[in-house]
Amino acid sequence: MGKSIAESILSGERLALAHFLTEVENNSPQSRLILDELFHQTGKAHIIGITGSPGTGKSTLVNQMTLRYRAAAEPKRVAIVAVDPSSPFTGGAVLGDRVRMRDLAGDPDVFIRSMASRGSLGGLARATAALVQVFDAAGFDLVLIETVGAGQTEVDIARLAHTTLVVEAPGLGDEVQAIKAGILEIADILVLNKADLPGAKNTERALKSMLGLAHPVEKIFRHHGEGMLIPENEPASTDQWVPPILCTISTDGTGVGELVTAIGQHAEHLRQSGEWDRREKFRLEAELEALLTETIVTQFRARIPDQLYNELVDRLVQRTLSPWEAVKALLE
Amino acid sequence: MSERRIRVLVAKPGLDGHDRGAKVFARALRDAGMEVIYTGLRQTPEMIAEAALQEDVDVVGLSMLSGAHMVLIPRILELLKSNGQEHVRIFVGGIIPDEDAPKLKKIGVAGIYGPGAPTSTIIEDIRLSLASDK
Repeated sequence: MGKSIAESILSGERLALAHFLTEVENNSPQSRLILDELFHQTGKAHIIGITGSPGTGKSTLVNQMTLRYRAAAEPKRVAIVAVDPSSPFTGGAVLGDRVRMRDLAGDPDVFIRSMASRGSLGGLARATAALVQVFDAAGFDLVLIETVGAGQTEVDIARLAHTTLVVEAPGLGDEVQAIKAGILEIADILVLNKADLPGAKNTERALKSMLGLAHPVEKIFRHHGEGMLIPENEPASTDQWVPPILCTISTDGTGVGELVTAIGQHAEHLRQSGEWDRREKFRLEAELEALLTETIVTQFRARIPDQLYNELVDRLVQRTLSPWEAVKALLE
Repeated sequence: MSERRIRVLVAKPGLDGHDRGAKVFARALRDAGMEVIYTGLRQTPEMIAEAALQEDVDVVGLSMLSGAHMVLIPRILELLKSNGQEHVRIFVGGIIPDEDAPKLKKIGVAGIYGPGAPTSTIIEDIRLSLASDK
């Protein structure tokens, strides 16, 4: 024995790390204690989210990006969290993102972990944030999160990541798709992948005109339906970040160098404008609130006898009680 | 609140390019409520062992049609062991001659299945094999 689990993770033992990630995913009581211990070591990694519709080439792009980071003059340690959907019926999943990341095999400073969404919506799994924290504490410089390829509602990633990439491909929709709310709004960098396909120029033009309309705009996150204005304490935030559109062909790596440069510039911008700290604060606050809600609900639920609860559910089914009345009855 | 799921790595080691069996198998395990990490074709033993480690799987399922099983499977077992993953169960599907099956079982393969084996049998065997751990 000797070393604690936290110490093993901090000293870079890959098997201990892999085991612990499973514990965190399974939300075991012991994992909470170790997460507490690791939390003090977090806050160093640059967290990059990669989202976009299925089949736009996210996994292949992550593969290419990681190759660049590893080949840089100062190679970065890269962790990849690849989320794929769980079946709503059986809870099973086929996680296939590794298929596109075979070039990364054999590199001890790259760690790929596939994750099933386990019923959570928004493109991430419930434990994704915790997994990212573990990688951060374990000393990975970059954590790349590839979301479920669902499309329009995957905005959770923007809350978790410092830099969010939205990956598009030609032929997936017209300008109306581009002006819908959500997915494109969250982009810090827009990537038009498969730029060698016909129609790429049109898609690029549509994305550009959409961005031209949308920016500059103040970033206000909506939280529980209420606008959370992130206060401007810097007097001169004149140099607003305008999301660039970058064209890539991730199967051969064209444009990926430029993409990696843009990600670096975005990180630099976040730090200089104070936005990095604001995002961190917002993220941690949201996490606190989510945990608080979950804990209170669990504790409250534990105090209510199952019989009473089931009775209320039966009355809902019979339409003799409305859900809101049921909540009131439980609280009293 | 703890939710444990069986995690399985499905891989095709070696050079044959027929992955239909592996895909059918992956899907059957998904439908049985397991989390399957699918790695695709032409994996080296090193790639398989590395993925099994990073993904912290309980089971590795190998599809082998090439005839190279007596070379590749012992190598995979050896690598899993040296990574500290001797507890991982290996199940093999594909074309394995009758005389090789006992040899593979002797070195630690948990199950071997030829063409026509029902996926329900394999799923049952996986569950049974892991149940003895708990």
